[in-house]
Order: sequence, then C-alpha cells, then structure tokens
Amino acid sequence: MKRLESNLLNMVLVLTISALFAAGALAGVYMLTEEPIRLAKENKKQEALKVVLPEFTCLSEPEIVNDLVVVKAYNNDEFVGAAVESSAVGFSGEIKLIVGFDAEGKIVNYSVLEQYETPGLGTKIVDWFKTDKNRQNICGLNPSQVNFTVDKDGGDIDAITASTISSRAFLAAVQAAYQAYTNNPDYVDSYSGASAQADALPCDTDSLQTTLPDSINKNF
Amino acid sequence: MNNLKIFLNGLIKENPIFVMLLGMCPTLGTTTSAINGMGMGLATTFVLICSNVVIAALKNLIPDKVHIPVYIVIIATFVTIIQMCIEAYMPALYESLGLFIPLIVVNCIVLGRAEAFAAKNNVWSSFLDGAGSGLGFTFALTLLGLVRELLGTGKAFSLTLFPENYGILIFVLAPGAFLALGYLIAIFNKLNTKQ
Amino acid sequence: MAYFLIIISAILVNNIVFTQFLGICPFIGVSKKIDTAIGMGAAVIFVLILSTIVTYLINLLLVKFQLEFLQTIVFILVIAALVQMVEIILKKISPSLYQALGVFLPLITTNCCILGVAILVAQGNYKTFGAEAGLLTGTIFAFATAVGFALALVLFAGIREQLSMVKLPKGMEGSPIALIVAGLLAIAFMGFSGIV
Repeated sequence: MKRLESNLLNMVLVLTISALFAAGALAGVYMLTEEPIRLAKENKKQEALKVVLPEFTCLSEPEIVNDLVVVKAYNNDEFVGAAVESSAVGFSGEIKLIVGFDAEGKIVNYSVLEQYETPGLGTKIVDWFKTDKNRQNICGLNPSQVNFTVDKDGGDIDAITASTISSRAFLAAVQAAYQAYTNNPDYVDSYSGASAQADALPCDTDSLQTTLPDSINKNF
Repeated sequence: MNNLKIFLNGLIKENPIFVMLLGMCPTLGTTTSAINGMGMGLATTFVLICSNVVIAALKNLIPDKVHIPVYIVIIATFVTIIQMCIEAYMPALYESLGLFIPLIVVNCIVLGRAEAFAAKNNVWSSFLDGAGSGLGFTFALTLLGLVRELLGTGKAFSLTLFPENYGILIFVLAPGAFLALGYLIAIFNKLNTKQ
Repeated sequence: MAYFLIIISAILVNNIVFTQFLGICPFIGVSKKIDTAIGMGAAVIFVLILSTIVTYLINLLLVKFQLEFLQTIVFILVIAALVQMVEIILKKISPSLYQALGVFLPLITTNCCILGVAILVAQGNYKTFGAEAGLLTGTIFAFATAVGFALALVLFAGIREQLSMVKLPKGMEGSPIALIVAGLLAIAFMGFSGIV
C-alpha cells in the first residue's frame, strides 16, 4: 500500500486522529492507575511516620508550633507521641528531618528528609545518630536531660568524625524539634510533673489521618 | 538481513551506548546502582518495542511531511503510559529514576530507531530491532550500574560484597559516571577490534 | 538576592551537565571545536528560555483542567513546534545567524535539557532560595541553566581541541578519553559545592 500523500487534508486528518487516540489512550491508563498511585503515596507517608513514632492508631491534623510542623499520634485515644519536622542549615545546604518523640519526650527515631551534605562525610547523618556506638545514638535520649550538642562544644553527643558542622546542624534541628514538641498542649512533662489539659481527642477510629503536611507530601 | 541478525545488531554491533553513544543522559544519570540501571533500561525497551511496532504498522498511513510530530506523539504516549505504571506499581523505582522517565521521549535511541528502521520495515522486524536495541541499552546500563555500585559501595544488586568503607565513593557521584563509562567504552572498543 | 543565588547555583554549583546529567548527547557530540560549541550554546540559551516560558504557561492550563498526565506529550510537542518556528523566523529575520547556527537548531528538540528544565520549572523542583517558584524565577533559572550548559560545552570543546593533537592508545581515542576528561571537569566543578 503506497504511503499516504502529503496533502493538507491528509496531514490535518492524521495529526488530529493521532492526537485524539493518544489523549484517549492516556486518559484510559490514567484512570486505571489513579487509585494505585494514590495508595502507593499514602502507604509511603504512613510508613515514614511509622518509622519515627511509637505505635499509633491515628494521627492529628498537622499543627504549626514554633514555626515547625507537628503531627501528634494517638494509640486508641491515648497520646503516645508526636513527629516534628525540623531543619537547620548544614554544610552545603538545608538539612530537613523529622523526629519522633514519645509521650515522655524521649526520641523514638528520626528520618532525614533532605540533605545536601558532603557525600561520605556529612551524609552520614542519615544513620550515624541511630547507631549504638560510643555516645552517638540519640534514640531513647531526652533532650531535656541530655546536653544535645557535639562533644567539641561541651555536649554529650559524639559528632561524625570530620563532619562537625553537619553534626552541629543536625543536633540544632533536633533541639528545635524538641522545643516545638514541648510547646504543644498535649505534652506531659513527666520530670516536673506538670501536666497539660486533656484536649478533646481528635481520634476518629476508622480513619487514619490522610492529609499530611505538604513538605512530607513532597518528600514522600 | 535475517531476523536474528537484526536482533543481535542492536545488542552488539550497533549497541546504542557503547558504539553509537546515543541516549547518554539516562545512562549517566540513572546508573548509581545496578537495579536502577536495569529498571531504566527495561522501561526504555518497553517504549522502543511499542513505538517501533506501532510506527511500522502505521507507516503507510502517515504522510511524509508530518511524520516527525506523529512519531513524537506515539512515542510520548507510550512514555507516559510506562510512567504511570511505574508510579503506580513500583514507587521505589519511580523515586530513583525521577526526571529521567519522562525524558525517555527525547532519548535519541527511540526516535532514531523509529526513523532508521521502523519507518521502512515490517512489524515483526521492527519488533526485533526495538527489542535488540532496547536490550543492548539495558545490558549497557545494568553493566555500568553494576560497576559503579560495586566500586562505589561494595554492593551488587543491593547485596553487600565488601564493606562500604572500602568503596571508592566517587563512582556513585557525578564524575564517577563519566569515568566509569569512559573506561567501559575503551574496554568494549578494545574487545571489538580484537575479534 | 535570591535571583543572584539561583544564577550562581545553576551555573556553577549545580551545573546541568556535570551534576544533573542533562544535555550530555550534544555535550559529547558537538564539542569537537570551539566555534560549534559556542553556536550550540547560544542556540540552547535562546530556545531554553523561550520554551520554559511557553511550557510554564501551558502547564498552568493543564493543571487547571486536571490534565497533568498529558504533561510529557504536550511539552515535547510544544518544544518541537517552537524549535520549528524559531527556525522559520530566524531564516526570515537573520539569515546570517540562521547559517551560523546551521544544523544545531533542529537537533535541539532532542536535547534532554530542554524538556528536563521545562519539567523542573513547571513542577517547581529547583532550589529557589526563598523566591517564589513562579514564571520570573523559572525563567531566570532556565537562563542560568542554559548559560551553565554553554559554559560546560565551551570549556569541554577547548580541552578537546587540544586533545586531538595528542597521541592516545587505540581504544581510548574518541569518546572514551572525552568521557574521562568530562569526569575530571566534573570533579573540578564539585569544588563549587557548598558555596550556596
């Protein structure tokens, strides 16, 4: 069959038909994959928060405390902790992380969301401060009871070898997160015994909070 | 050319990366690990095969003057389809490949094979040509990813072979991509001329 | 101030060729001589700014009608059409410039950095240093990125011109040594990291 001639009618016809076909095919696949994509994104967010928080059944709406985003977690209507997003300027850019605290103010875990530090040195912040060696593990420590600065500055945490600036920034971010955490109304300071009011608990037993702060959205 | 030769051509003699140096951007950008390289290669192979087949099937219906835009529409459609599928069913791969998935549409290999082969041959041969070039591309990407991952972090396909501390960090960074590829092509050239 | 930082970041610290791996094909293919490199660099700067503006505006429409899945296909068609248009206009207005750019103009359509930057700007996926990720910021980013590309290209061409006069082992001639040189250039550019 000879190739179609390149006159105006044929060209316009072919272009229009192919454009329509393409749009149709794409719309079809889009509808097929819309749900799985949404679920995959949801799953990722839930997984991320599960890593840094103790066991929970529902989450509160994100609140802004001290300019930082705080998401509280409840296990069957009992306040079990909160996750705070924090950041600090590191060696080559902003370090963004999310720290999970339990109800007593101890750090459960952390996750570095974004960093641009020197590969092999500053990038170690991702797991250095979770490793149980010397005095570098911050998990399980309470920033009000432990001096959260690097040993060089008289603190109690071992900095990453040859990456003092990145370590300092990391710890500063964790400290800021703790400040925001202790400023939220559900926090009970077990040390001093002072307690905050029991807020009307926002736990809705059949829905796990799905609208998370935009920055978590972007990074996950 | 018989069909087996067509297939092997894309794989070795006219290997898109080692010989023709097409499709460099994803080659350097997505080979920080063997799995990423393989994922990218397979996604591109999918687009290559589909677009080659469709273009070969419709080649007589496409007037010559508008053949480039129509080819682009066909290729872009398949790229978007694979993009949505990867985002839905393989989110980890989607994260690591990032911007390079939509960039398959400007991968010179795809348009190149469409122009050079699918526009002039039948559907089955075009399928084999697409598969051959695609697999050649995938092979090159996986090899480069493997070399970079092994030298840089001591892992291969995420299995640790030697401790990360002994790795040469630069290979998983930007400059290492250039260096590793340069040496691989040199070795490939040497092997090719020896035969 | 943020604009100044964006420019420095896009040209030096996050150079599109050496850190983001976009625009490699022309980088290797068109860099054998300095004049062709300058020509290609100029063409890319021109087309990149134009295409970023147009695709950004069209993307606003796509988002309004929730048609984001058509982004790839619409962008590449717009870019192809723009390049074609630029070619025709240039031929009419400035035949000498058209001659000077020669075959590079149509080649730009398949340059990953054009589509890549268009997508990055449309999604706001670049360091804005506090400025709002809108049309002006995006255009400045595109301009700086293109300048970075041109810079990388001209530097590379300069080195390659010298390289062609040197005796090399058989297997290394041509692309392998070019890639290794590019790798060394990339290491040099890594020195800029941490400035902004």
